[in-house]
Amino acid sequence: MKLTGAQALIKSLEMQEVEVMFGLPGGAILPVYDPIIDSSIRHVLVRHEQGAGHMAEGYAHVTGRPGVAMVTSGPAATNIVTPLADAYMDSIPLVVVTGQVATSLIGTDGFQESDTTGITMGITKHNWLVTDAADIPRVVAEAFHVATTGRPGPVLIDLPKDVSNAEMEWYWPGPDELDLPGYHPVLEGDPAAVKKAAELLLAAERPVIYAGGGVLKARGADALRELAERTGAPVVTTLMARGAFPDSHPLCLGMPGMHGNYTAVMAMQRADLLLALGSRFDDRVTGKVDAFAPEATVVHVDIDPAELNKIRRADVAIAGDCRVVTEALLDALGSLGLPGSPSSRATGGGRPVDAPLGAEAVAGTPAASLPRSRLAAWHAQLSEWQERYPLVYDRSPEASANGLKPQFVLESLRDATPEDTIVVSGVGQHQMFASQWWRFDHPYTWVNSGGLGTMGFAVPASIGAKVGRPDRMVWAVDGDGCFQMTAQELVTASAERIPVKVAILNNAYLGMVRQWQEMFYEERYSEVYLSPDLPDYVRWAEAMGCVGLRVESPDEVGPAIDKANDIDDRPVVIDFRTDAFEKVFPMVPAGASNDDIVVDPSQREGSR
Amino acid sequence: MPAFGTDKRHHTLTVLVENKAGVLARVAGLFSRRGYNIYSLAVAPSDDARFSRITIVVDVESAPLEQVVKQLDKLVPVVSITELDPVNARERELLLATIEAGEAERGQVIQLVGVFEGKIVDVGADRLTVMVAGAPAKLDDFEDLVRGYGIVELQRTGRVALPKLDRSAARMPASPGGRPRVLDDHDPTQSEKAG
Repeated sequence: MKLTGAQALIKSLEMQEVEVMFGLPGGAILPVYDPIIDSSIRHVLVRHEQGAGHMAEGYAHVTGRPGVAMVTSGPAATNIVTPLADAYMDSIPLVVVTGQVATSLIGTDGFQESDTTGITMGITKHNWLVTDAADIPRVVAEAFHVATTGRPGPVLIDLPKDVSNAEMEWYWPGPDELDLPGYHPVLEGDPAAVKKAAELLLAAERPVIYAGGGVLKARGADALRELAERTGAPVVTTLMARGAFPDSHPLCLGMPGMHGNYTAVMAMQRADLLLALGSRFDDRVTGKVDAFAPEATVVHVDIDPAELNKIRRADVAIAGDCRVVTEALLDALGSLGLPGSPSSRATGGGRPVDAPLGAEAVAGTPAASLPRSRLAAWHAQLSEWQERYPLVYDRSPEASANGLKPQFVLESLRDATPEDTIVVSGVGQHQMFASQWWRFDHPYTWVNSGGLGTMGFAVPASIGAKVGRPDRMVWAVDGDGCFQMTAQELVTASAERIPVKVAILNNAYLGMVRQWQEMFYEERYSEVYLSPDLPDYVRWAEAMGCVGLRVESPDEVGPAIDKANDIDDRPVVIDFRTDAFEKVFPMVPAGASNDDIVVDPSQREGSR
Repeated sequence: MPAFGTDKRHHTLTVLVENKAGVLARVAGLFSRRGYNIYSLAVAPSDDARFSRITIVVDVESAPLEQVVKQLDKLVPVVSITELDPVNARERELLLATIEAGEAERGQVIQLVGVFEGKIVDVGADRLTVMVAGAPAKLDDFEDLVRGYGIVELQRTGRVALPKLDRSAARMPASPGGRPRVLDDHDPTQSEKAG
């Protein structure tokens, strides 16, 4: 069967069971847009190519399937560079197809030519410039394989226009026909290292499981829960792992790091064993590396061998898939005599989530006292910290004189939405407030830009998330600064009937920058004021086909959220007027040791 | 400059890569974006047309060698990486130099080239172009010695290297120190297979 390169590309995407792609056509990609008309693949027409990339990311975050985006050459390719870099940092599987000028024009500064593979080399897991139409099915199969296996990540296929137009004989490559002699991801951990890790875990008196985004990528949440419950080890979930372990679980300490809660941060600082699962010792978690978890023996499990010993030398380094290694660890623990049947893996464990910390580490097992007695002092210490330093904000009525407390808005939103609501955020104060005040009890309910910190991520990513999970309620929690960067994608959402909801925490400032200028630049505010009324967010939302609401007083919060939750035929935007003076606490100042964590002013010495 | 082979800062990586467009840019780009220093680099097709071999001398003070190797290995077209430490490798390099050699000095330069087992590859009115091949330290010495005559132009190729051979008579497995460390066992070429 003869096909054009363009037809072969679309057919290859169909072979990969792509159900949706996000994109915007243009000159060099024109041939590929023609067969889309006849394809089963849904195409979502974005308003800016950056939106296509972030939508594909949001889709991938919540479904675990690779997100697909397609744009043209030159400026379109450079516009999608930010999502590629974002996906690379957060290990999101993405397949991006870019058009390219005809091969005869490459290198001549042709119209809308850019060196797309060169530009994206450092921010993709791999990329391909296709120069022969006959290579297209194989390259597409390779691209999906590379994007989704090992440590997931973005890949890019650059497709010159003459290659799309050229004819080729259709085929679909089998798994053995991929030409990737240098690509061999490792899934299984070294059994000797796993056994050593199990021994350390059993001997530890102050263990902490430091769970990162790799747990979610590996679909390892159930295994993690079993590991925590059988060993009694408490779990911190990083920004990328929120939801990987239920926040309401008694062993969950919540988020560590620069804006993590006191208990999560101090638990790591005082731990004698740190079991890092799919986490990468990011500087926002470790603070000053030399002072991070000084007493801890480190067991580090990661599918990317390059993450092992990169920042902190591991005492036991295990290269492998988080779920596979965690399950091997559970078996090794069983062999060493730790009670708890592996069969509980299937049932997921049914312990009440509101039991006190450390209570009945192994439900219904007579020998459960083993971890409990050894860890009793540790659990007591953690409980004491939790009681002494909970997350707080001023709830008094007079406190909202300067606008709504963002924490109050988030609590109200959390309590008024279904438990499995997907929350998507941008980057800044609102992101930290959301990660702190939401209660994440399910995996894949939190979507945000962690590593790259991409402002403007929330609106398009929430649209992609809603496309991936139309059955779920999707709320974007955004800042006013972030919203202005990519808000035009709400036109896409309205046109495509994708009913996302956006809560703008509008404090009229680039809030996180403002917080740093207040704390570290003697309140010299430089270029951070945005105005609460310019733009008029309600009218802007309405102009984009959304329902726009404004909320200025605490008693309006609940009704507005209820109204938004009832709308299911179009996007809703709520402009919450929040307090510009509110800061995110706790905070570990950049470059400082985690021991120097700054708690909320009300919790500091002398204020009690 | 310390003689090569005693300098602990340098390690030689022999990297087998797919022979595809842009692979050198990927390797070089990785070094620059992660802040690793390349001391020298040589690329040539291998005995298998599908692959090329890149010999990279890295300055390991700029980054732990372990990180450099692991990051390199993540590049999809990188098939295998063999680390040769200076003590256990045979390393060679080629030098071409045009040297000022008027009538008075010509004989001395030719003699020096002879001592270093080099060749005269071109003769001009008052200049000679010479070629010397050998261990990098030997070329350093040659360079020092001819500098006094006046070097017009000089080019060196960068190092290529192979592991030292096993000298035990019974051909028993060598001591671990005498073998190259193969860091990826997926090498499709026979010659790279580790024992």
